[in-house]
Amino acid sequence: MSGIPHDHYEPKTGIEKWLDRRLPIVGLIYGTLMIPTPKNLNWWWIWGIVLAFCLVLQIVTGIVLVMHFTPHADMAFNSVEHIMRNVNGGYMLRYLHMNGASLFFFAVYIHIFRGLYYGSYKAPREVTWIIGMLIYLLMMATGFMGYVLPWGQMSFWGATVITGLFGAIPGIGEPIQTWLLGGPAVGNATLNRFFSLHYLLPFVIAALVILHVWAFHTTGNNNPTGVEVRRGSKEEAEKDTLPFWPYFVIKDLFALVVVLAVFWAIVGFMPNFLGHPDNYIMADPLVTPAHIVPEWYFLPFYAILRAFTADVWVVIAANWLSFGIIDAKFFGVLAMFGAIAVMALTPWLDTSAVRSGANRPMFKSFFWLLVVDFVVLMWAGAMPAEPPYSTISLIGSAYWFAYFLVILPLLGVLERPKAPPATIEADFKATVKAKAAKGKVAAEQIPAE
Amino acid sequence: MIKKLALSALMALTLGSAPALAAGGEPHITDYAFSFEGPFGSYDQAQLQRGLQVYTEVCSACHGLELVAFRTLTAETGLGLDDATMRGFAASMEVPDGDGGWRAAGGPDHFPGSMDENAPDLSLMAKARAGFHGPYGLGINQLMRGMGGAEYIASFLTGFTGVEVEEGGAFLYENAAFGGNVSMAPQLFDDMIEYADGTQATEEQMAVDVAAFLMWAAEPKQTERKMWGFIGVIFLTLLASLLYLTNKRLWAPIKAEAKRS
Repeated sequence: MSGIPHDHYEPKTGIEKWLDRRLPIVGLIYGTLMIPTPKNLNWWWIWGIVLAFCLVLQIVTGIVLVMHFTPHADMAFNSVEHIMRNVNGGYMLRYLHMNGASLFFFAVYIHIFRGLYYGSYKAPREVTWIIGMLIYLLMMATGFMGYVLPWGQMSFWGATVITGLFGAIPGIGEPIQTWLLGGPAVGNATLNRFFSLHYLLPFVIAALVILHVWAFHTTGNNNPTGVEVRRGSKEEAEKDTLPFWPYFVIKDLFALVVVLAVFWAIVGFMPNFLGHPDNYIMADPLVTPAHIVPEWYFLPFYAILRAFTADVWVVIAANWLSFGIIDAKFFGVLAMFGAIAVMALTPWLDTSAVRSGANRPMFKSFFWLLVVDFVVLMWAGAMPAEPPYSTISLIGSAYWFAYFLVILPLLGVLERPKAPPATIEADFKATVKAKAAKGKVAAEQIPAE
Repeated sequence: MIKKLALSALMALTLGSAPALAAGGEPHITDYAFSFEGPFGSYDQAQLQRGLQVYTEVCSACHGLELVAFRTLTAETGLGLDDATMRGFAASMEVPDGDGGWRAAGGPDHFPGSMDENAPDLSLMAKARAGFHGPYGLGINQLMRGMGGAEYIASFLTGFTGVEVEEGGAFLYENAAFGGNVSMAPQLFDDMIEYADGTQATEEQMAVDVAAFLMWAAEPKQTERKMWGFIGVIFLTLLASLLYLTNKRLWAPIKAEAKRS
């Protein structure tokens, strides 16, 4: 599949030749597993495998949960408790699924920020990036709808608030909202369609994951230096790469199991820590919770949504320029979706000729500030919408947009990047030698007994 | 039943929205020590049994426990009642017989729902009240001190300050754990019940016991969950060690070559 020269599958026995002429599936699997992978990938490259695992975990636990769940407004809440109390191992299944969503988003955020740092979005990997962003959007939709299914108070009111976002679209908003909900308000029809879509979308995600993998197998992996694998000949390419199996499969599996050990400890010892206690109260349309808070993984964007209140000058200006069509609520919705849109457009907003952030001294500071900004927004999103949190959200939102729309385009012109290493091979050797030297110094420092 | 549950939830929340009525202070939750805290903590059978007694003799006058089946009272990791005791206890309760009448309950039946429509069902209360997160909403109290719904319930039951206010013909009672006024009156008084195991029934003792019982009611499989958590972590740590060694060995020749050249 990949454009990097490498060995191809050769059917040897009769049956292999027979099958290969009819369906070259063994060759496809061989090509996928043996893809030449840059030797110098660091530990930030392990989250893809964690994400693949999460998708499988969520689908498998989800399918079993569905066997015991009742998608009806009167019964959903109690059927979840039935799973927790009466189904054999049901409490583990449910807690794994619930916290699995958190692991999924935790992994995807690291995966996305890794891409942003090492310039994995840049040519020729724009399509990989765009498909990744689509997967992320579908994950958000799936996660949101899944959170509605237990039919607790936060399920219900979260659904009310989020579908209300669509209602903020001028003119056509309300019909769209009614269509989404299947009625004038969140009710049984909403629960049923969310259930249906929550079951469907993971399979759409799985299909997109195949395209995501296909796309980067065509371009080859990016790597920490951002230098491309040499493709002049097979020998040259082999100096820069190692086959994915076994070198990276084992490395990734090791990392995955370490991550899973932490994940398992959370599931076993504090499974409700990341959830909201109000979701253990059955949904009640007549009682609005004091603070409606989405799941932690939506908080940064929720903070952006709430940051743009009617007294912010950009909102006033937008309102005036659009003859009142864009009010504060609609502006917030545009800002929230815009925050993801600018991220998706990064390949065209980043003007720097150098791919990896490791070679861009100025970029590094702005990037890490963006990471801090993301965490601050996450925290501000969980706080009540009042000063000083609203001001913090506004500053955080402003930096988010400034990073993608102003800083990235300007840096390409202003910055003097460092020269990247000549080849991946050179970088790999330098890293290995540096580590060995460091190990030696450390060993010498330990006094002999 | 569903309507009742919804009503219970409604009342739970109207209680929750009461602080606007009073100039209450910051909620104060005492960090009681419970046997089920921490990764290796498990329920104390004797304490849960005392808690069941408090629940039956005091709380159940108004509140319900609809999600809990009597048969689960025999669970070894919970109250550990023997089968005959459990059946005897169930038979002392009445449940609807389906024909508009009432009959004595059996093992598979659930506890009755709330008697008073203003009193919420308590089945999940210990999990629904775990939401005090410590400074700046960072979850420190839950994470570091293992504070959760049981601490809240015990603090709530002992948190009445004795101040009463009349509000639209109804009395409200100031509660320090709630940080405002609530419609439930203080219910626990020293020696109001006689514990079967002879423990002195002080107000605090009863509050802590019933809080532990309600934690069990909300999370009956907690001990099993922690056990699987522990087994899983041990297994995954072992697997990680083996994979670490495999990975090291696999890459050793590649790295050795890189060092040589």
